[in-house]
Amino acid sequence: MQEKVYGYWLPIDISTHGATVDWLINWLHVFMVALFLGWGVFFIYCLVRYRRRANPDATYDPIKGKIAKYVEYGVIVVEAVLLIGLSMPLWADFKHAFPDESDALVVRVVPEQFAWNIHYSGTDGKFGRTAPEFVSADNLLGLDPDDPDGNDDFNAINNLHIVKDKPVIAHVSSKDVIHSFKIPVLRLTQDAIPGQDIRIWFEATKNGAFDIACAQLCGLGHYRMRGQLTVESEAAFQAWFDEQSGAADEEDEFSF
Amino acid sequence: MAEHAHGDHGHHELPFWQKYVFSTDHKVIGIQYAVTALFFLLFGFCLMMMMRWQLAYPGQPMPWIGTLFSAVNMPEGIMVPEFYNQLGAMHGTIMVFLGVVPLAVGGFGNYVLPLQIGAPDMAFPKLNMASYWVFYVGGVIMLASFFVPEGAAQSGWTSYPPLAVIAPTGQTWWLWGMVALITSSLLGSVNFIVTTVQMRAEGLSFFRLPFFVWAQFVTAFLLLLAFPPLEAAGVMQLMDRIAGTSFFMPSGLVVTGQALDVSGGGSPLLWQHLFWFLAHPEVYVLILPAMGIVGEIVANNTRRPLWGYRTLVYSIVFLGFMSFIVWAHHMFMTGMGTTISTFFQATTMIISIPSVIILTAFALSLHGGSIRFTVPMLFCLAFIPMFAIGGLTGLPLGLTASDLHLHDTYYVIGHFHYVVAPGTIFALFAGIYYWFPKATGRMMNDALGKLHFWTSLIFMNGVFMPMMFVGMAGVSRRLYDQTQYAYGAQVQGLTAMSSWSAWLLGLAQIFFIVNFFWSMRKGKKVESDNPWQATTLEWATPTPPPHGNFKDTPRVCRGPYEYSVPGASSDFIPQHASDNGQVDQPESEPAPTPADDD
Repeated sequence: MQEKVYGYWLPIDISTHGATVDWLINWLHVFMVALFLGWGVFFIYCLVRYRRRANPDATYDPIKGKIAKYVEYGVIVVEAVLLIGLSMPLWADFKHAFPDESDALVVRVVPEQFAWNIHYSGTDGKFGRTAPEFVSADNLLGLDPDDPDGNDDFNAINNLHIVKDKPVIAHVSSKDVIHSFKIPVLRLTQDAIPGQDIRIWFEATKNGAFDIACAQLCGLGHYRMRGQLTVESEAAFQAWFDEQSGAADEEDEFSF
Repeated sequence: MAEHAHGDHGHHELPFWQKYVFSTDHKVIGIQYAVTALFFLLFGFCLMMMMRWQLAYPGQPMPWIGTLFSAVNMPEGIMVPEFYNQLGAMHGTIMVFLGVVPLAVGGFGNYVLPLQIGAPDMAFPKLNMASYWVFYVGGVIMLASFFVPEGAAQSGWTSYPPLAVIAPTGQTWWLWGMVALITSSLLGSVNFIVTTVQMRAEGLSFFRLPFFVWAQFVTAFLLLLAFPPLEAAGVMQLMDRIAGTSFFMPSGLVVTGQALDVSGGGSPLLWQHLFWFLAHPEVYVLILPAMGIVGEIVANNTRRPLWGYRTLVYSIVFLGFMSFIVWAHHMFMTGMGTTISTFFQATTMIISIPSVIILTAFALSLHGGSIRFTVPMLFCLAFIPMFAIGGLTGLPLGLTASDLHLHDTYYVIGHFHYVVAPGTIFALFAGIYYWFPKATGRMMNDALGKLHFWTSLIFMNGVFMPMMFVGMAGVSRRLYDQTQYAYGAQVQGLTAMSSWSAWLLGLAQIFFIVNFFWSMRKGKKVESDNPWQATTLEWATPTPPPHGNFKDTPRVCRGPYEYSVPGASSDFIPQHASDNGQVDQPESEPAPTPADDD
């Protein structure tokens, strides 16, 4: 039976960093529910026990006891532990522990209203220069035709192919407005901001096809700015990659 | 307003338009603010109910109502995405800037604060009038923007550039409207601060101020300090749109295949910093007055002093201060590095502490009380757990690691609506039920009030609880149709449930609207100036308070919540009563002045 990908709680996680995210989300909710229920019991008890009929005369002096104070300290400790023990290290990992570019698949993610341009370097492994003045209907990335590095570059529109168990480094930017590159199964959100080149990395651990979504309002087509993430084996990826790269190269041959 | 026959205080009888329209009386202005804000709350709610149709039944024609709109916005009754985005942006803007803040600050602040501090009016009555009318102009501009070519603003209430800068004309109107609304808030905040500092009655030291006054006082500082950056940012975006500047526009933009003709070199993130530098304190502008109202009503209906009054005051002052240094937690996913995110995660966790203290203090106040379940009290009691849900769900969003998944999903929408809707708006309802008799001399109907409360409580949760799960599944906010995504289609049932709850919640408000207008004319008349047997000064005025408020300036002898004092002859001692026996003034009699007793 196929594993259920999406449901009423977190979707399945296919990333290497996602386990920590999920652990944090799940335990935070256990903590929140426990706090809410424990506190709710006291609340309901007070409403019943101290209703006017049961307790016609109120007490002037404040309730004594240290439980509230201890609960307060408890909350502070839990928050501090989650913050320092979990959230900060994960963020540091995500932001700084980048894999070596030579061991990783490097792509550029350059969304526009309302599509995801995924720029692959082609077989030469070098990204061609891009500039706004070169953008046209058949050159959405704005590749410089005079830059040989760009000859075998290709744009997989709305189609991010990556290799299972191989880290991916993505340079996220935007052509027009702010978008946000979101892949729920990878526990990943990254705003795509024009004028900025933001580097992120992730690694997928399961084969399959999954949704890429836009998480930042980018105009009337925001809702349908859907891409597809394909996680596949090295061999399947390479076949696809070579085919796309070769096609791009051929096109260039013809056009010059 | 009922007639002001008694207590004319030698003021001239003013012509109608000066007395009720261009009035400088803080009570008339308060009521003008409140009624205008209630209209906008209803209007903003209607925008949302329309959006909920598209969300529940994407792409299907809206029955009946759909035919009332132009073919541009709703061809054959089917909402187009542009119109959906307009409704979304304007729902947020209207609810925050034209609904909740004007009601909480302009309405309750104006009406109640001078009364509670024993002042005859605000410090600057003309400034106060100007504040309302500038607000009114802002509201008219916002409403009018729906009728300009291509409709109202449609880039979200946050109006992030570059999208907002390249958006149609409606955005320019939105910016002009915001400039007016911000100006209005600034005029008001100066007035509140000066009034609180300068016009307190004799004996009313800062630590004898009712909690509500403290809450308004801190709120006024937030408005004063946080709004100017947004006003500046608003003008900068306006210039980007109409004067060809590029404050927020980077170089090299290519929009729909065309290189955009802007000078470039600007930063879209600059807008976000300026916006959230206002908009995070703004969250506390929404919540602090609500906490103030809850404090008053809880003390009054438990018949015992608020637990930890000083702790509460320190907590809201601390909240106010901290609210200025958490703004960037709205921007964790903008490529923020570890240093900045560490700082903002830490401040965000720290700001949760005073909120927990405040809720704990309210809950502990119940212990040992003699609780009267009046309608205002019911709303306040519901506020406590509802605000708790809103606060707790902020935790996963405040930590960057969990925010990686939850950022900009429906979880965020659920979270802040729990704070503002069953949180703040419930407290505002409580305030209306509580102070209505002071303003009109008549009680609101109890049965209708209870009906309003229970239906609202159930449907509020029906609207917002499903959003937590929709967000957890990964659905982004501001989607016109979530079924485009596999995980969105999976939880479409929950979204439909939210919609149905929202429409039922809309129906439940009919109880309130009927009650409000019916009680104004036909409600049970109050038998005394102090129908709730409360301690604070607003109940020492005649009902409704005349121009100038107090017949004799009260002198304050004690703290705000002297309920159930051991040995006292009654279970409450008003702040201005000089000994334990003097309570429950006969109707319309002047408040006892300490001079009588000395």
